[in-house]
Amino acid sequence: MTTTLEPAAGPTTDAQATRERIASLLQSYGAAIVLVILLVLGSIAFPTFATGSNFANVLTQSSFLLIVGAGMTFVILTGGIDLSVGSVFALGGVLAAFGSTYGIVGALLFPLIVCGAIGAVQGLLVAYAGMAPFIVTLAGLLGVRGLVLAATDGGSTTPLISDPAVVNLGQGAVFGIHWPVFIAIVVVVVGSVLLARTRGGQSVLAVGGSESASTLMGLPVARVKFSVYVVSGLCAGLAGALNAAYSSSGVPTVGVGLELNAISAVVIGGTLLVGGRGNLVGTVAGVLLLSVIQNLINQVGSLNSSVQAVVSGAFLAIVVIIQTVLSRTQRL
Amino acid sequence: MDAPAASPANTDVPVLEARGVTKRFAGVTALSDVTFSVRPGESLALMGENGAGKSTLIKVLTGVYQPDDGELFLHGEVTSFARPLDAQKSGVSTIYQEVNLVPLMSVAQNIYLGREPRSRLGLIDFRRMYSDARALLNEYGIEVDVRRPLRTLALGVQQMVALARAVSINASVVIMDEPTSSLEAREVETLFRVIGLLRARGIAIIYVSHRMDEIYRVCETVTVLRDGHVVHVGSLHDLPRMELVSMMLGRSVEKVRRGGVTEFTDANESDAPPVLVADDLSRKHQIDGISLVIRPGEVVGLGGLLGSGRSETLKGLSGVMQLDRGSVSIDGKTVRSGSVPAAIRAGIVMLPEDRKSEGIVPNLSVRDNIVLAALPKLSRAGFTSKRKQDAVVDVFIKRLHIKVSSPDQIVSELSGGNQQKVMIARWLAMTPKVLLLDEPTRGIDVGAKAEVQSLIDELAHEGLAIVLVSSEVEEVVEGSARVIVLRDGSIETELRGDDVDEQSLLAALAGDSSAGAGAVTPGATTTANPDEFPTKADA
Repeated sequence: MTTTLEPAAGPTTDAQATRERIASLLQSYGAAIVLVILLVLGSIAFPTFATGSNFANVLTQSSFLLIVGAGMTFVILTGGIDLSVGSVFALGGVLAAFGSTYGIVGALLFPLIVCGAIGAVQGLLVAYAGMAPFIVTLAGLLGVRGLVLAATDGGSTTPLISDPAVVNLGQGAVFGIHWPVFIAIVVVVVGSVLLARTRGGQSVLAVGGSESASTLMGLPVARVKFSVYVVSGLCAGLAGALNAAYSSSGVPTVGVGLELNAISAVVIGGTLLVGGRGNLVGTVAGVLLLSVIQNLINQVGSLNSSVQAVVSGAFLAIVVIIQTVLSRTQRL
Repeated sequence: MDAPAASPANTDVPVLEARGVTKRFAGVTALSDVTFSVRPGESLALMGENGAGKSTLIKVLTGVYQPDDGELFLHGEVTSFARPLDAQKSGVSTIYQEVNLVPLMSVAQNIYLGREPRSRLGLIDFRRMYSDARALLNEYGIEVDVRRPLRTLALGVQQMVALARAVSINASVVIMDEPTSSLEAREVETLFRVIGLLRARGIAIIYVSHRMDEIYRVCETVTVLRDGHVVHVGSLHDLPRMELVSMMLGRSVEKVRRGGVTEFTDANESDAPPVLVADDLSRKHQIDGISLVIRPGEVVGLGGLLGSGRSETLKGLSGVMQLDRGSVSIDGKTVRSGSVPAAIRAGIVMLPEDRKSEGIVPNLSVRDNIVLAALPKLSRAGFTSKRKQDAVVDVFIKRLHIKVSSPDQIVSELSGGNQQKVMIARWLAMTPKVLLLDEPTRGIDVGAKAEVQSLIDELAHEGLAIVLVSSEVEEVVEGSARVIVLRDGSIETELRGDDVDEQSLLAALAGDSSAGAGAVTPGATTTANPDEFPTKADA
């Protein structure tokens, strides 16, 4: 016995089991609980908060981040990270504007193909070349932003979208809710089913939970890791295209720092940064929570955007501390 | 002790066979012309000391390595496994020392990962998965909530889940590598019961363990490897433990009597007041109730096979390993346990077993490596004095005859023996009272070995107390005044004076009852009755 074994978790007593179950529930649904509390408090404090138009606005603002966050959730569940999504988001928007001359098909297909391919390249490097996700996607963040600038004369031109069908994809609404919100919901539902109910989804959780065990169990570890970066690239490209349709232009400077918001939302949503555990419902709660905080700060009016960043940062720090405590309680 | 049940199908074609398998790594032959087979329902013990080629053989059998020469046969037909998955699909499953499952996922998910039952829509049918998992585990008499995350279960149950998974993938051979190393006695019983069930179904078991008692309980045949060669194949039942051990170590009793092969001079017991007293050192699954008294100028050997707790005892003494129980004191003063700095301050230093990963800082110079631990002593207000360092380094390079071009030479350029001397110098610079040596001569050439051995001798004569762990029997025997023999984490016996010879040590390692009193008469060991094994209580 030359390997030093950590004291085994050991059989769990009832009291411990209860504590662990509560901690586990808090980890999974904590964001949703805080979200509800904020919604209630906000409605009481600000008369302009709990209005249909404000909520619709929050949902639209959230939808783009949610689609990016959905892809990011898959990546983080495998224990990886995707820093390139902000740049890919911008690229998706610019490509959607270019592609919109071929109508709605061009506006979606063009960005999805290119952004999916960027995800695939990053996935290949991470999964098959064994490079660190942080570095590979940091290179992606820098390189793809460069591509965006190259495509827009150093960012000096902004390709506009004139096709009304494409513009309608972003700005059209049913019951006052914009199309991107419905698309984001579809992405989350499909993603959730994939994750929870398919072999591929289970493999994502297994790889994040223990890569060595997954290898020894004969799971296609490399393929799983490759796939999540493709998914993340597709999601970021889709979100960028929808954002461009919404603003009827492919602004080359959007999405700076978006990767950090997406990672924050995923972590706030209870997905473990080391992988193996989490879900998309949590990411939904995380995204909405960030949007609602931003909206509430705007409601105060006297606070400017720098305060908002401080609050978001402090909030994330608190969430991570709580998550660490919860993880320890569960002896993860 | 129950006799292993007779195999139901001993005359069948071997389920798995290796013929003439050779495996080389960068010129070193790890396996040489190994022929090996296991039949349906057979339980085979694969034995050998460290470096004998056991793990290489297992890796060849499970598709991790490809043999350079020779062939594998599965059910009598030539086969080859390009990767572990191929072996698994062909029915060769492996249970590893550490449970290799996903702790965050449920028991059922772990059993069916990658082959989950699916509904017509292609979605996972969790209800069926749970009921299948429950039924599967019930077959082995294990009642557990299959929806619980695996990590909330005891290690033994986790091991069972791993086994259930392995066997449910149509395994015809299950390889178990030290499966009991982290199990409780009760869990071991469950494992053995399940092994019995598997064998009754015609599944072959290849069992690797260093625990003699287990081997004799579970296995009916044995294949012994040494230095990459198969040195013995046969029934385990007719093989006395003593003989098994001497085959593993490659030493015959006759050869031993010819006398010394090391540089050690006659070691004498000391009667000075003890410098180190350790009482009841214990840590779950590793060591249990180890007590030692070491006097200045004494070299005390710690004997034992791999996994007996030798290295763990040293780690407990030096504060590297946290102890559950027990105390260590130096000159009557208790040393705070589990703290390396406290142990070093008290004067206990350890030369670790793995020089490369635990000791040497390869990219630093000889000078820096020597003064590393002593830096706090050689500095004032956080600034180190180069002059003082040079003085210390100079002394030790001369004293230990370390062959360097200059103190600034990078240590990784030195030979293994000189690196080891640098390590010893590092600790001597701390002016220790007790020096713990874990395999001090492993991996260094013969000449350097002799130098290190005579250095140990010299240090002891100067009054340093030394504890010596070595898997080389002659080194322990000739280097030590007394030998404390460990087995399964406890002290089996202590050999003193004239009893410190190779024969008694081998007998004690094997756990033969006759060795318990330390009074082994020549010849007694070879006729020892294999059925009369002592329990721990006898020792």
